[in-house]
Amino acid sequence: MVSELQQHMQESFKEHVNEEYLMDCMRCGFCLPACPTYLATNQDETHSPRGRIALMKAMRDGDVVWDGSVEDAFDMCLGCRACEPACPAGVQYGVLIEETRVAIQQAKPKDLMEKVIRKASFDGVFADQKKMAATVKLVQFYQRSGLQAATRKIGFLSLFPPFMKEMEGVLPKVETKKKKSPSLKPATTRVAFFTGCLMDTLFQETNRKTIELLEWLGVEVVVPKEQQCCGALHGHSGEMDKGLRNARANIDAFDSDNFDYIVNNAGGCGAFLSEYEKHLKHDPHYAEKAARFSEKMLDISSIFVKLGMNARLKALKSEENAIVTYQDSCHLRNVNKVFLEPRSLLQDAPGYEYKELIDAGSCCGSAGIYNLLQPEMAKKILEQKMKGVQELRPSKVVTSNPGCLMQMQVGIQREGLQGEMQAVHIVDFLYDAIQKNQN
Amino acid sequence: MDAKLAKPFTSIVGESNIKHSQAQLLAYSYDATANFQAKPDMVLSPKSTEEIKQIVKICASERIPIVSRGSGTNLAAGTVPTQGGIVLLFNNMNKILELDEENLTVTVQPGVITQDLSNFVERHNLFYPPDPSSMKISTIGGNVSENSGGLRGLKYGVTKDYVKALTVVLPNGEVLKLGGKLAKDVAGYDLMSLLVGAEGTLGIITEITLKLIPLPISKKTGIAYFNSLEDAARTVSSIIAHKIIPVTLEFMDKGTIGAVEDFMKIGLPRDAEAMLLMEQDGNAEQVERDIQTMIAIAKKEGATSTSMASSNEEAEILKTGRRAALSALARKRPTTILEDATVPRSEIAKMVRAIQDIAEKHNVQITTFGHAGDGNLHPTCLTDVRDKEEMERVEQALAEIFHVALELGGTITGEHGVGEMKAPYLEWKLGTSGIDLMKAIKSSIDPLNIMNPGKLFAKETKMRLVIHNG
Repeated sequence: MVSELQQHMQESFKEHVNEEYLMDCMRCGFCLPACPTYLATNQDETHSPRGRIALMKAMRDGDVVWDGSVEDAFDMCLGCRACEPACPAGVQYGVLIEETRVAIQQAKPKDLMEKVIRKASFDGVFADQKKMAATVKLVQFYQRSGLQAATRKIGFLSLFPPFMKEMEGVLPKVETKKKKSPSLKPATTRVAFFTGCLMDTLFQETNRKTIELLEWLGVEVVVPKEQQCCGALHGHSGEMDKGLRNARANIDAFDSDNFDYIVNNAGGCGAFLSEYEKHLKHDPHYAEKAARFSEKMLDISSIFVKLGMNARLKALKSEENAIVTYQDSCHLRNVNKVFLEPRSLLQDAPGYEYKELIDAGSCCGSAGIYNLLQPEMAKKILEQKMKGVQELRPSKVVTSNPGCLMQMQVGIQREGLQGEMQAVHIVDFLYDAIQKNQN
Repeated sequence: MDAKLAKPFTSIVGESNIKHSQAQLLAYSYDATANFQAKPDMVLSPKSTEEIKQIVKICASERIPIVSRGSGTNLAAGTVPTQGGIVLLFNNMNKILELDEENLTVTVQPGVITQDLSNFVERHNLFYPPDPSSMKISTIGGNVSENSGGLRGLKYGVTKDYVKALTVVLPNGEVLKLGGKLAKDVAGYDLMSLLVGAEGTLGIITEITLKLIPLPISKKTGIAYFNSLEDAARTVSSIIAHKIIPVTLEFMDKGTIGAVEDFMKIGLPRDAEAMLLMEQDGNAEQVERDIQTMIAIAKKEGATSTSMASSNEEAEILKTGRRAALSALARKRPTTILEDATVPRSEIAKMVRAIQDIAEKHNVQITTFGHAGDGNLHPTCLTDVRDKEEMERVEQALAEIFHVALELGGTITGEHGVGEMKAPYLEWKLGTSGIDLMKAIKSSIDPLNIMNPGKLFAKETKMRLVIHNG
């Protein structure tokens, strides 16, 4: 007998998961060696892109009964999308896993606690920059009040899952928000800066430096006030309609016609922003505007390269020669196909020698909030990543996304390497390298 | 299968090496073959020959089918557990055991990934030539069981030419060691060769010793584009007639070029009707001479443009593109059915022409690429399994392709194997007496029919087509 839940699930998969996209997969298996969870599970096909696509199709066709094992297979996906560039058939895996998460969210009965948390996060904190700011004020208070030092000392956080504790340990120091800086001089290029909710709060310092560096390169930077969280977290968690609500608000906030580029400095946000076009293509009011918005979207490394930062970096001389390496942001690499630009900037940075990290393109296990939801798997993946770091022994591990940054710093601390190296955002890295070597 | 059997299997392989959840059984219900799917009852990951022996003994007494599976890249449904039972994985048996530089052999467990083995021996300046297109994913065990070919088959042969010794668990649970690190060995029937390419129907291969050769010092890659398929095919024949045996002589038609370009974006000309990828290796002087001769021949036969890869990286990109051809074609239609018809290399032009005519006659979309140099073509049918009427036409067209290949002195499969997909056509190639002999061999080694049942031998042979022209 088919249970009611099974029936709901199957209907929900039929409604939300695109059959044509599923049919694109011919199961050749080219995605397998690219998938971090397949490799971390000793080649378990259940945790591979091919396996998950087969499961999606089976859910749709009623060939598998919905149970914990099926849910687990979908939950285990990092969403890193490393399978996409590896796929000769061009399967849109990112769309499929997002649709799957919507299908599950719609059909799955939620317990009260999860409902409250989801409501608070997706309708509250991440929906509204002001609420995010208030949340961050709490973090600031926590840090400044000395509570942080106290809790660290008494190990209050050991009551929480171990990973939460480590994350707390690497939280950046939140600085008081400065007024958004106006443009300083007339410039020919005009960019709008997408601050990102995490970047704008926990990583405010990085955002300030982003603007300073852009201005140093001679562009006018505008920070549109009404901008919202990009919506990626919603989209990746099966709350796509809420993600798209944010998307529309952002498209309205950034009038694309007024800017040459819309710049972001967080790989995870950048990918979602650049896919507004794809997600809103059937929206009669927003399709066109979304396309223009996405077209102007550019990550920070790409615009730095475009604005000639490499030459300016080369002009600065330094006696030092420390090793710097780079951990790709999955979405910047796999979705936006940007991986040469950050490397070229690091190669030209004064005082550093760039060395490639083994498997730099594979996920570090951060994957949005994956490391909080799937701490075991995230730990395995990070351990693998740290083997490469141990071998290379760089002084800086540069990243392009706040999640990767914190994850790599957790990795460094787990290995006890914090005395000799540090994970840094590419903007902070470049800013410091420039400042140190300018007269 | 009796649920109580989970217990003895668990006690053999351990809790963490048995899979039987809903999701896991579904994930091992397919391989890379379109339109074949069936769930196993259990998935086991043994750690040793000894464990496999114990598993087989239970399977024999309980009549449980066993399907050995590497990475599931099979193209003839050879690793789909269509009769249920156990899927046997080698993810815990994936070590390179020994590199013997005096005998030039390497001994491995079946689960080693082909590309990893290739990289490993090349670091020691040795060479393992068989390179199936899926080598980044496929396992050596799978390659041996399928006798896989690859891009370098023309000059260096296929997997069977490199197998020196095997350890096999027979269907009765006995362990047999065949072959050795020997250059010569004529002690009795060549049982080792029987196991190579047996598609898991005669036993389970648990250890493999492979022959290696010195790594060629230099290699070069050339490309030629043509306005017609015939020009490309003539170039292939002419190159061989000039007594050049290149490592690789790969062919792609217009449809394939377009699909590969969609994936790789490396600037392949979408308007070319055909492309040849030519590679030679050896000592630098010879390589240069051969590649120049091949390019000159291509020009003479009407190539519209020719070029040389400027670096190893560029050559690698071109070969990666060719290896991805099948999967890249999948982007065009929902279902991709790949065939493997092979003819004597002198007949390649006729075969290419026949494929085009057959596609036109049945109004189906067939795109062709393949190892032109060794007559092994991969006509690929782009279709949609959901369209029953179209699928019937596809089946007729494919049957006709087999028919023509056999008429030209060829075979129904050059390197992908028979599996379940081509089983209904095997008799066309072997005749009744051939099939009967194979069945006799099968039933004397595996009387209980527990080793990959349902493969190779079909319940019913397809009616041989009578081709009516016009």
